[in-house]
Amino acid sequence: MIGLPVAAAAAEIDTGDTAWMLVATALVLMMTPALGLFYAGLVRSKNTLNTFMMCIGAIAVAGVVWALVGYSLAFDGAGSLIGGLDYVGLHDVTFVPREGTTIPHLLFMAFQATFCIITAALVSGAVVERMRFGPFLVFVALWSILVYSVLAHWSFGGGWLASGGTLDFAGGIPVEMGSGFSALAAALVVGQRKDYGRQALLPHNAMYVLLGAGLLWFGWFGFNGGSGFSTGNPSVLAFVNTLLTPACSLVVWFALDLIRGRKVTAIGAATAIIVGCVLITPAGAFISPGWAMVLGAVGALPCYAMIVWRPRTRVDETLDVLAAHGVAGFTGILFIGFFASLAWNGVSDGLFFGDASQLGDQALAALVTPLYAFGMTYALLRVMGLFASLRSSEHEEAVGMDFIQHGEEAYASGEGAILVVPDADGEALVAEPG
Amino acid sequence: MKLVIGIVRPEKANDVLEALYRAEVRGVSMSRVQGHGGELDRVETYRGTTVKMGLADKTRFEIAVSDEFVQTTVEALCDGARTGDVGDGKIFVVPLEQAVRIRTGESDQAAVTPVSQ
Repeated sequence: MIGLPVAAAAAEIDTGDTAWMLVATALVLMMTPALGLFYAGLVRSKNTLNTFMMCIGAIAVAGVVWALVGYSLAFDGAGSLIGGLDYVGLHDVTFVPREGTTIPHLLFMAFQATFCIITAALVSGAVVERMRFGPFLVFVALWSILVYSVLAHWSFGGGWLASGGTLDFAGGIPVEMGSGFSALAAALVVGQRKDYGRQALLPHNAMYVLLGAGLLWFGWFGFNGGSGFSTGNPSVLAFVNTLLTPACSLVVWFALDLIRGRKVTAIGAATAIIVGCVLITPAGAFISPGWAMVLGAVGALPCYAMIVWRPRTRVDETLDVLAAHGVAGFTGILFIGFFASLAWNGVSDGLFFGDASQLGDQALAALVTPLYAFGMTYALLRVMGLFASLRSSEHEEAVGMDFIQHGEEAYASGEGAILVVPDADGEALVAEPG
Repeated sequence: MKLVIGIVRPEKANDVLEALYRAEVRGVSMSRVQGHGGELDRVETYRGTTVKMGLADKTRFEIAVSDEFVQTTVEALCDGARTGDVGDGKIFVVPLEQAVRIRTGESDQAAVTPVSQ
C-alpha cells in the first residue's frame, strides 16, 4: 500500500489506475494456462492433458471458492490471524474502492482471485503424473481456504505479518513460499511415481516449456506491476525490476549450466525465467533496479543447487515447485531485509542501508510461512487420504493419466478409431466401417 | 540365426529394454506400431464424438540373434512385457537368411555378435 494518496479515505476512483488494473488482472489470469503449458511440456506425453487440466481445474475451483469465501477470509477486516466473513459471496464488494486504493473494490477482488488461482495451480507440479483428478479438485478447494487465504491475510490483508512490518510486494509469502512448501508436503503425502528413480522420466516437449515460461514472464508484468494497484512509481519500479531480475537470473543460469555440463540448456533457461520472476515478486518495488539485478544473479544460486540436488533424493517433488518457488520466494523475502532502500520505496531501509529491524521482520515471515504451508498441507492431504485414494493405481499410471482420468489423448492420431453412434433407442451403435 | 520380433505394450517398453540389458542381449531396434490383439476396446470422447480405439499403440522390438541366444531373448521379452492382462503382446521368431554389419562388412554370425568393448 505504499506510495498511494494519503487522502484515500475519500475513496476516489482513478481511471488510469483502473484501466491498468483491468489489464493486469487479465495478464495474471493468463499465467495459469501458461503454467499449464510449462508443466505439460515437462511431463511425459501420456500425461499432457491431465497436467494442463490441473491448471484449468484450479481456475475453476479456486475461482469459485475465492468468490464465495476465500476473498472474505483474506481481505475482510484487520484480524490478526484470519479475516472476517462480511464479504462472503461478494456481499458488499462493489464499485466503491477499498480504503487505500483508487480502483473499484470488485476489480481488486478479481485481481486477488487470479493470485489464489495460480498459487493453487503451482502446487499441482508436485503431484502430476499420478494424483487422481477428483481428489485434486477437492484439494484445491480446501487448500485455497486453509492455506492461501490465511497466508494472503497475514501478508496482504492486514494480518499479523503485514501489521508487524514484514514487506511483501506481490506475494513472496502466500504465492511463492506458500506454493513451494505446500508442494513439498503434497509430494511426500501422495508419494513418488512408480518409475521414479528407476527409469528416466523426461520432458516430452521442450517447446511447450519455453513457450509457457515466456508467457508466464509476460503475465508476471501484470502480477508484479499490478501489485501497487495503481500506475504510480511503485508499480513502475516493480514492472521494470520484473524485466531486470529474470534477465540476470538467465545469465547466471547460462554460466552455471556451462560450468556443470559445458552446454547451455533450453529447459534450464525456461526454469531461470521462472526463478527470476519469483525472486523479484516479494521485493518488487522495495529495492533499486541495481539491487534487483544483484538479486537475480545471486538468488539463482540456491535455486540451481536445489534443482540439481532434489532429483538425487527419494522425494519426487516432480516439477521442482519447491526449488523454483519456495526457495526463490524465501530468498526474495530475505533480500528485502538486507537491501530495501527508503530512497526508492519510501517505506523502509534494509540492513545494508542501516536498518536491522527490517531484516528481523523478513526473517520472521521466512521462518513461519514455510512451517504453516508445509504443516497445513501435510495435514489436509493426510485427512483427505482417509476418505479416498489420492493417486491412481500402478496400472493406470502406466497407461497414462490422460486416458485414465479424462478419456482423451493429447496426440490422438485418429487412426483405427471407430465412430460410436447412438441409435434411436439411445443404445450405442458402432458405425459400419467403410 | 533368428529374428526375434516382440510386440509389447508401450508402457512396458522400458521394462523390456531393462530385461534385455540384464540378459546381455545387445543390438535392438524399436518402433511404434498400432495393433489389435483382442483386448478390451478403449472408449474416448472428443466433444460430442465418442470413438472406440480399435487399434492400440504398441511397441515393436526387432532383435537379430544367434540360435543359442533365442531362448534368452524370448524369456527377457516375456519377463519385461508381461502384466497378465489381455493385450500384453506376442513374440514371433523367424529364420534369418543373412545379416551384414555395414561398418565392417562382416556377415551372419559375426554380424549379430555384439562388439566386445
